[in-house]
Amino acid sequence: MDIAWSEFTPLASFAGGAMIGAAALLLMLLNGRVMGMSGILTGLMVGHADRLWRLAFVAGVIIGPFLFIAFSGAQVDRQPVASGPMLYIAAFLVGLGTAVGSGCTSGHGICGLSRLSLRSAAAVMAFMASAVITVACMRFFG
Amino acid sequence: MIVITAALGAGIVFGAGLAFAGMLSPSKVVGFLDIFGAWDPSLGLVMAGGILVNATGHYLVMKRKKPVFEAKFDLPSSQIIDRPLLLGSVIFGIGWGLAGLCPGPVVASLLLQPVDMLPFLAVLLAGGFAGRWLRA
Repeated sequence: MDIAWSEFTPLASFAGGAMIGAAALLLMLLNGRVMGMSGILTGLMVGHADRLWRLAFVAGVIIGPFLFIAFSGAQVDRQPVASGPMLYIAAFLVGLGTAVGSGCTSGHGICGLSRLSLRSAAAVMAFMASAVITVACMRFFG
Repeated sequence: MIVITAALGAGIVFGAGLAFAGMLSPSKVVGFLDIFGAWDPSLGLVMAGGILVNATGHYLVMKRKKPVFEAKFDLPSSQIIDRPLLLGSVIFGIGWGLAGLCPGPVVASLLLQPVDMLPFLAVLLAGGFAGRWLRA
């Protein structure tokens, strides 16, 4: 296995990850809610009574990167990998899969694994495996 | 009102953390998933940092009877590993691998890259509706 040392950002990624964990913890400690992005988006769409906190959370997620850029002075790299129809096929599959599978990287990954949920561990293994296989297929056949 | 402010604050920390971690770059995400190419282990550290903080904190938070601003903890009750969970997760993984985007970074990139991300989110939500309809 080759490691891309020039791309590796251990400190920033660990610190950013710790912030993501802290955000999940805040939402649970203060409001008793699981920080799952796909579930929060779905809740916004289907008209739950408690739409407002979801809207506020989404607004925060949109503002967050701008505050990060303003305070750190750092650039945020956003190099795309897909374009055209492939991008939208991917978008549909992400929406479909997280709805059927009840969660995504934040809900099952950061929150579920932290509560030692076997259900979330199974979901994480399933989406990690299929994502790795998909990327490998794109590398060898794409 | 305080519940809404708390949600806004948590969202800001999440969005800033995603940006700091490098999760907003699809090519970096795919670099982690690309174990047969030049592998970038960074995202493993994002997961490690996130779970370390959240798991430790969660253990302490669960010693409380209720959250600070709400009446009860709203935790998922299902513990069954069933076909929708696994099949849905596999489908999500395919989409994640193709574009390097999962829902959190899509929302966090909305105003950074609106030309791409607004239609992406619209199609993602359409997929979500299709998924809910299939499950119903």
